[in-house]
Amino acid sequence: MHRRGVGAGAIAKKKLAEAKYKERGTVLAEDQIVQMSKQLETFKTHLEEFASKHKQEIRKSAQFRVQFQDMCATIGVDPLASGKGFWSEMLGVGDFYYELGVQIIEVCLALKHRNGGLITLEELHQRVLKGRGKFAQDVSQDDLIRAIKKLKAMGNGFGMIPVGGTYLVQSVPAELNMDHTVVLQLAEKKGFVTVSEIKTSLKWETERTCHVLDDLLKEGLAWVDGQAAGEPQYWLPALFSELCSRDVTPRRPVRWCPEQRVWGNRALPCNHPEL
Amino acid sequence: MDRFVWSSGLLEINETLVIQQRGVRLYDGEEKGKMDVGILLLSTHRLLWRDHKNHDCCIAMPLSQIVLFEEQTGGIGKSAKIVVHLHPVPSNKEPGPYQTSKYSYIKLSFKEHGQIEFSRRLSEEMTQRRWEHMPVSQPINTSTTSQAGRTRAVGIVGIERKLEEKRKEMDKNISEAFEDLSKLMEKAKEMVELSRSIASKIKDKQGDITEDETIRFKSYLLSMGIANPVTRETHGSGTHYHMQLAKQLGEILLAPLEEQGGMMALTEVYCLVNRARGMELLSPEDLVNACKMFEALKLPLRLRIFDSGVMVIQLQSHSEEEMIASALDNVSEKGSLTSEEFAKLLGLSVLLSKERLLLAEKMGHLCRDDSVEGLRFYPNLF
Repeated sequence: MHRRGVGAGAIAKKKLAEAKYKERGTVLAEDQIVQMSKQLETFKTHLEEFASKHKQEIRKSAQFRVQFQDMCATIGVDPLASGKGFWSEMLGVGDFYYELGVQIIEVCLALKHRNGGLITLEELHQRVLKGRGKFAQDVSQDDLIRAIKKLKAMGNGFGMIPVGGTYLVQSVPAELNMDHTVVLQLAEKKGFVTVSEIKTSLKWETERTCHVLDDLLKEGLAWVDGQAAGEPQYWLPALFSELCSRDVTPRRPVRWCPEQRVWGNRALPCNHPEL
Repeated sequence: MDRFVWSSGLLEINETLVIQQRGVRLYDGEEKGKMDVGILLLSTHRLLWRDHKNHDCCIAMPLSQIVLFEEQTGGIGKSAKIVVHLHPVPSNKEPGPYQTSKYSYIKLSFKEHGQIEFSRRLSEEMTQRRWEHMPVSQPINTSTTSQAGRTRAVGIVGIERKLEEKRKEMDKNISEAFEDLSKLMEKAKEMVELSRSIASKIKDKQGDITEDETIRFKSYLLSMGIANPVTRETHGSGTHYHMQLAKQLGEILLAPLEEQGGMMALTEVYCLVNRARGMELLSPEDLVNACKMFEALKLPLRLRIFDSGVMVIQLQSHSEEEMIASALDNVSEKGSLTSEEFAKLLGLSVLLSKERLLLAEKMGHLCRDDSVEGLRFYPNLF
């Protein structure tokens, strides 16, 4: 970054350089900045016109929002980058998504003690809708996804893990690698996995399997049911609400120990002889 | 409503759940059903509904019963609805909640919203018609009279015509909106290209740019939502707007920070500030960019990023050593602590108390016992 040089000698040198550039037909950056300023004013007028005709469309139509976002992405513009941006100020897109961001954070915080910071997109969607109340506007899952993408900037580990056709939304900075993700995806069908299932489906050795399961237990993302018939079952609370709708018949009620995040009596590492 | 049959609610093999929505009431035509509010479920084969209080009360209807559906927007005091037009009752239908009905349509009333997604998925399923080529173990009672021959109930033709007109009208509005949007995007694209040209010139030093001009350029980028391609040391990617914001934050965050022991996670701050504003909310990036300027503006706050990636704002007066010393005291007093216990003790969030314990561990004052029962910290006697 340079300052304009002062002094007669510097000025003369500069005039020479400018002349050389102009000779070659090159437009200088500072001239372009002036040009940009003018073009910006014009653009603002066009945007105002657009807003006066179609602002409602953005608010009412989820489809239009998707189209709008995709077009912006194509040309390299992020309408949600700043609340001070034109898009946000004139079309009101900003407030819509930033408020959604607040609601998403609040839901995730409220449930973290139960699911360890992992929640299905469906459950998040349902709870956000509930929180918004009857008179608020409906939001689609696409809207949620875009709001979540913006939250990543605040470094709190917001991310999305694809599982079984939908997503798990992560709201804690737990480092989940490929192994963890694959086990989560395997667990999605029934809400739980067992060591032998993992070994059979993924062809892993016992040690790798236990390591990943222990990680999930430590992060509070999984609970172990040590009293299951056969072998222990590792359940994911994040997937619970989905199961209710499928009417998976719960087995006889088992005592739940919240401090140790386990059903049955104790939390034991995966390859403990008692398990 | 007489197209529904009693159901156990269990899905068949090959039948998959597509979407579910709480807070839905069913209407038999125009009349509120005798059923209460419940959960509406869409599978690849059926539409199911379960009473939210009495889970045993569950009804289902094959998707093949559906002729078409239309959306009814909500209003003040009125929930959004989906009107579903149905084929006549098949003769071999099993018993259900209604013996007869004078209506050939039902309404799904979304008292807790969710109609956008539900409508979208229903539309997909009606297009894909997966129930036709994914046989299920228990044959779901499909409407035999309507498969071939396309017999229509009286009045459907009129409805279809109305829908077609509505669709055309909406298409016209949407296409006008899209046309205007496309034109707008063309102009925005010009701005993007211009900004890229400027950025490359700045890099190649074609011309002499003052600091003032650089700041102006950055504010143009901010207005357009164009990512800043030129990174600058002074002010970071901040602009005058972010400087102002930083000063505002410097004032309004002092009290909350004191209350919370000198430190708050950035996501908490985001919620706090935006809830207070109500309108003209900050984007996450606005907040981050403003916080990055605290030091340069000599404000008594700092943005701090922990190893785990957690971002917090802390009071500058917040002494690190004091924090760690007091953490050590707490742990020694209790023998050992987990982050949950520590959080309860101090009235902090679990996230931040964990960071504090980790910091004390990093400084060598605490050591950990990591087991499946959780992460527990002990005074470091080594």
